[in-house]
Amino acid sequence: MSLHLDIAFSHLRSRRRQTVVSLLGVVLGVAFFLAVSALMRGSELDLVARLVDTAPHITVYDEYREARPQPARLLWPEGAVAIRGVKPKAERRGIRQYRRKLQTIDAIRGTQAAPVLVSQAIFSFAGRDEAVTLSGIEPARMKGVSTIDEDIVAGSLDAVDTNPNGIIIGRALARKLSLEMGDTVSVVSPTGNVRAMKIVGLFETGNAGYDEGQTFAQLTRVQALMNRPNVANLIVVRMQDAYAARTAAAFIERSLGYKSVSWQEASKDLLDALTVRNVIMYTVVGAILLVACFGIYNVISTVVLEKTRDIAILKSMGFHARDIRLIFVIEGAVIGIGGSLLGMAMGSGMMRAVEQVEIKPPGSTESITLPIYWGIDQFALAAAFAILSAVFAAWLPARKGGRVQPVDILRGAA
Amino acid sequence: MNAAPPPERASPAGREAPRSSVLVAERLTRRLEGEVPVTLVEEADVQIGRGEFVVIRGPSGSGKSSLLYLLGLLDRPTSGRLLLEGEDTSGFDEDRLADVRLAKLGFVFQFHFLLNEFSALDNVMMPMRRLGRLDADARRERGLRILRDLGLAGHEHKRPSQLSGGQRQRVAIARALANDPVIVLADEPTGALDTKSSGNVRDILRELASGQDRSIIAVTHDLHFASAADRQIEIVDGRIVPTGTMATLEAAAAAAKAAGTQTGAAPAS
Ligand SMILES: Nc1ncnc2c1ncn2[C@@H]1O[C@H](COP(=O)(O)OP(=O)(O)OP(=O)(O)O)[C@@H](O)[C@H]1O
Ligand SMILES: [Mg+2]
Repeated sequence: MSLHLDIAFSHLRSRRRQTVVSLLGVVLGVAFFLAVSALMRGSELDLVARLVDTAPHITVYDEYREARPQPARLLWPEGAVAIRGVKPKAERRGIRQYRRKLQTIDAIRGTQAAPVLVSQAIFSFAGRDEAVTLSGIEPARMKGVSTIDEDIVAGSLDAVDTNPNGIIIGRALARKLSLEMGDTVSVVSPTGNVRAMKIVGLFETGNAGYDEGQTFAQLTRVQALMNRPNVANLIVVRMQDAYAARTAAAFIERSLGYKSVSWQEASKDLLDALTVRNVIMYTVVGAILLVACFGIYNVISTVVLEKTRDIAILKSMGFHARDIRLIFVIEGAVIGIGGSLLGMAMGSGMMRAVEQVEIKPPGSTESITLPIYWGIDQFALAAAFAILSAVFAAWLPARKGGRVQPVDILRGAA
Repeated sequence: MNAAPPPERASPAGREAPRSSVLVAERLTRRLEGEVPVTLVEEADVQIGRGEFVVIRGPSGSGKSSLLYLLGLLDRPTSGRLLLEGEDTSGFDEDRLADVRLAKLGFVFQFHFLLNEFSALDNVMMPMRRLGRLDADARRERGLRILRDLGLAGHEHKRPSQLSGGQRQRVAIARALANDPVIVLADEPTGALDTKSSGNVRDILRELASGQDRSIIAVTHDLHFASAADRQIEIVDGRIVPTGTMATLEAAAAAAKAAGTQTGAAPAS
């Protein structure tokens, strides 16, 4: 092996300029591969992180994914049963005995869950009526599953516990209705109940629709207001490992029966779009790298042609075709590995540089930096791809070199 | 130079007591198939004894090199068979033939054919490294010794381009000897050398045969070189002919030429 290495290096040295050029090709290919994929993956992770941060990881709804099977079907599973005009039984919706169900979810490792009763309500203040979403929450549990606590700009989430008549609204809504902390507002429920509630907190998430339309009050208060005691209609779950949400959601759905939607399922269209984007990106940067590696094909072909005489000598001496192929494949691999190492160094430099760039999006006051993904996997992918293409590019001329018959060369030269 | 001048051997070529043969060729034929099939070697019977120095002679294009390639397992015969140390090589595949060449045969070609990127010593050590029988120190020691024996002390680390033609040819011989081969095959080893160097190379080969019990098969045009051999094989048009045929042919050709010029039959231009 060291003999093959020596011969391989002697060939590369004899074609120094061409070797350097093909090496540069691989270096640039790997560097751009890394820079582009780091930026794309970085922005993807950034996007997903925002998604995972703001949306609940799993939402358990008070509904079923499949309509309940009809008794006739259960009785004659193989029978030709056709049922038309089914009218679902009018039942009170909602997750009953949600405490027990919360315990089931809490038992899953790394999860926190909070019950919510979401309903519509009308705010009545100073002669104006405003439709809002009213969510009944348990502040202690809510803090574990939502970032709303961090968005509170006045008062606190716990205030709804200390003052059962307290309500927390968005700052945008407060501004719209000229409300301030401590003001009292009439809240009308769809069932017709009216209750005066006091503003004990303001929040601001930056999402205009949310800040204008969302309000929070204590769960039991909302249950009373909606005439739905002991009922929640959502269970919101947050997980330590957001990527475990899919399996956890499936488990919850199996054990509770209620439809449980992971964030991945909820954002499926977005995630699909990201996958498509990744496929396109990797195809393009991979193609660039492949083209770069065909510089290697160029050098090795030249060396094989130029060293035909040496190949004949080695084979007449007793080298096998395999030895000759190995020598040229080593040459390709050396350029591939060298190019990958230098390319990774250069790519890291480019990624550092891109990371320093600050951009001020129009209409925003704070500047943002481009997100860069530093994962080892893309380095491994770039290097593996470069080295494999290099070996493949070298393999073609190497095969030709292995087929050289010494007699043919000797007859030609003598 | 420690290659002693070749001792005069009394026995004329081909007529000495049979020694144990290292190489036996039986009805060796090599044809090139093509639009016009060419027969390079036809029905050649050759026996090479251990430690014998045999020269192959013949007119240009008669098939000397072709025969040498067959005897050296570089080419395969179309028919006939070749036994090396009693072993029939007919069924050997390419790799097996290569292994036999590596361990038992050494080649010297007309143009030294060294690897230009490697020093003289590295060139000599290359077959040893491929064979892997000796460790690195032993390889180095042996390489240096062979080079020194061939009068190349002090040139071990020079590249081929830094050596003279005669020196390069001696390096090539040193490389052929690297794995202590049973037979050294040389194709016009002195073809590209001046008289002095070629005498030198001849003496070395002579010494290898008589002193080291190694068989030497050399193709040559050089009569002086041929005279150092134990035996001469003459080949005309791919067929081995009785020794002395060449001389007869040459005499006849010279006579015809002389006759031609005398009668003025040469075309007037
Ligand atoms: N590839 C080939 N195709 C056709 N004919 C060939 C080929 N190679 C060699 N020959 C012919 O085979 C014959 C023998 O060639 P070879 O090289 O063995 O001769 P040689 O005796 O070594 O000649 P020289 O003394 O010039 O080296 C020649 O007549 C040559 O023309
Ligand atoms: Mg010849």
